[in-house]
Amino acid sequence: MDLSSAPIPLVGPDDHVRGTGDATVVVYADLGCPHCAGAWAELRERPRLVFRHFPVASKHPRSPALHAAAEAAGAQGRFFEMVDSLYADRGRIDDPHLWERAELLGLDLERFEAERRAEATRMRVRRDFESGIRAGVTGTPAVFPIS
Amino acid sequence: MIAVGEKAPNFTLRDQDGEDVSLADYSGRKVLLVFYPMDFSSVCSEQLSIYHEVKPELADKGVEVVGISVDQIHAHKAFQEKLGIDTTLLADFEPKGEVAKAYGSWFEPAGFANRTLVLIDEDGTVAWTYESPTPGEFPGANVIFDALAS
Repeated sequence: MDLSSAPIPLVGPDDHVRGTGDATVVVYADLGCPHCAGAWAELRERPRLVFRHFPVASKHPRSPALHAAAEAAGAQGRFFEMVDSLYADRGRIDDPHLWERAELLGLDLERFEAERRAEATRMRVRRDFESGIRAGVTGTPAVFPIS
Repeated sequence: MIAVGEKAPNFTLRDQDGEDVSLADYSGRKVLLVFYPMDFSSVCSEQLSIYHEVKPELADKGVEVVGISVDQIHAHKAFQEKLGIDTTLLADFEPKGEVAKAYGSWFEPAGFANRTLVLIDEDGTVAWTYESPTPGEFPGANVIFDALAS
């Protein structure tokens, strides 16, 4: 895999985008990161926000599971609701807590469970991570305003 | 800093498990020496964590990462465990900073290694170096891959 320097990818149809408007920010964030959770209250209010996965598992061992859960929720149209939920309550991040969150969001639990463990989900998360590495991300949240 | 093209000075230091590790042990392989100020500092933690995350991609390019700081082996062990990484961490502890000084990676004002990277080729020659503008900054992993691609 080539991880040499490259600008962040253009916002595409596979990105997780919330809001509309010209003022867009792309944020590389770690769902296990307390700094990201602290910044989320402000970031989530941006007119148009693009969320990209940047889990640093060595620092936050549950991050891969949290990002996979967000992706699996996204497959059922509730990506940002899961992100909001995870950042709002960082003390409950074990599997039973993820199932509980999925239920509260009205997700099909069986599908959620299968998709969060799927290799395609892991690869989707890794794709964002690698684009962040190539863009020189060294910590989270890393915010890129784009016009 | 040590110059590209120079023969990398050999050294023997103890790792986080108390085992002797020499540069000569890496003969025939590429090794990236990551000189960093100190275990447990926030920037050093971020740096070693990020580099750990791209370890498979670095291994694909035949590069092994080794961290070096003035910390003692027990601090290295605790730091390694805290970060959840398996990167070899070498103790440049006594004489303090001797290896960092040999590589021109010493930050005299603070008495610790400057934040520098030294890529050593399979034949023990310095292939690339990087020195952070300040010890409080570290280069993204992309910079390492840029060097490997050039």
